[in-house]
Amino acid sequence: MKIWQRLICTCRRRSPWLFHMNSGSCNGCDIELVAALSPRFDAEQLGVRLEGSPRHADIMCVTGPVTRNAVSAIKTVYGQVCHPKAVVAIGSCPATTNVFIDSRTLAGPLEKHIPVDVFVPGCPPRPDAILQGVAKAAEILAERGMKPPDSATTPAVEEAQR
Amino acid sequence: MNLLTALARLLVFPGLLFAVPAAWFFLWVERKAVALMQERIGPPFMQPFFDFVKLLAKRTPPRQGIGGMLMRAWPLIAVSGAAGAVGLLPVLPSSGGFEGDLILLLALLELPSMCIIAAGFSSRSIFGEIGSAREAALSVSYNIVFLLAILSVAASQHTFRLETLAALPASPLRWLGIAAILVCLPAKLHINPFSLPNAEQEIYAGPMTEYAGPELAMWELAHGLEWVAGAGLVATLVAPHMAIGGLAAMLFIALSFVLVLLLSTLAAATARLAIDTTVRFYWRCTLIFALLAISSALFMRFRS
Repeated sequence: MKIWQRLICTCRRRSPWLFHMNSGSCNGCDIELVAALSPRFDAEQLGVRLEGSPRHADIMCVTGPVTRNAVSAIKTVYGQVCHPKAVVAIGSCPATTNVFIDSRTLAGPLEKHIPVDVFVPGCPPRPDAILQGVAKAAEILAERGMKPPDSATTPAVEEAQR
Repeated sequence: MNLLTALARLLVFPGLLFAVPAAWFFLWVERKAVALMQERIGPPFMQPFFDFVKLLAKRTPPRQGIGGMLMRAWPLIAVSGAAGAVGLLPVLPSSGGFEGDLILLLALLELPSMCIIAAGFSSRSIFGEIGSAREAALSVSYNIVFLLAILSVAASQHTFRLETLAALPASPLRWLGIAAILVCLPAKLHINPFSLPNAEQEIYAGPMTEYAGPELAMWELAHGLEWVAGAGLVATLVAPHMAIGGLAAMLFIALSFVLVLLLSTLAAATARLAIDTTVRFYWRCTLIFALLAISSALFMRFRS
């Protein structure tokens, strides 16, 4: 049993699949995330795959300062990512709402709505910093998988069918 | 073919015990070839295995308003169909077989794509439905060419028995049929330029959008097994007859590997075509060659 658990832990660490969620970003961080997958940085060496559906993903990468419109979408998508999951906040916007602070169209920062595991600061952060953040999140993910899902830290989110 | 050899072929070689690691290997070759074409290093060798185990250990979310049993059944049927198809391949000399096993092989090869169509519709996701509709349109267009090509190969050599077909020397007509099968393989394996059903970035993941955890792992495995079966079918038709079992197996693996490499390179070098272009390509451009192959095969048969 122990060997099987260790194997699963290794597999989770070596195969983080990402879902990219834009919550009103200026596109700067989005481009850097794509650059991390490009030939120069090649995130696939870490087993990273950018997935189209949140159901396939392990790590949710959020960019942007979380606009009021995006809140329900973020919660729905967070609910659709299956346990075990981790959240990486890319850029300064989801961490602090950055230069958009005090804007009446924002409901940020991200941590008010869903639990965040790794913050990657920068405006925008460099692709290698994003990769480091994803690698760290993958380690957190592997440890988290050993425990059953904690209902206290998981906000109640309804599953959207469509 | 007695029960023991049938079981050995289904479970050991070229069945599950060989086919599952081979499926992972081919999935890795596919990703690595794309990476090398894009001047990247690409995923580590064990990556498809890591992905599979990780997905197996994930939790499937509760889904309201969807037939859970059906959703769970489709990937399993797809995996068993593809594994059965691999098990039927006449890799080893004198490994048995029965009259008409080519027809069973074709039916089993078609099973995964049927399951994909059904899975997309039963997931009730709009992206799944679009993906399934595309898969159905694609399947109708390439299958006519595919089936005619295989029929021409079988008719030119007077047999529907795979083992006899593999043992006979290749005639020029058979090469024409093999070329037609090769044109259909990218569509059968849903790779570029015919990656329409699971068009990522376009309709998310198509029929697989709502699948997660162990079910998704089974879909990945089914895709890998389709690679083994599709490449293996061409490899057995191309390979010259070998009397020694080990040598035949090595040749089979080497030929399949070369095929997977070629198809992955094609996938990396091309972009996705639109559905109407794809359907037109199969109906207008390739159907003529398939008809030519089958008519000449029948003509030769009546003359002899």
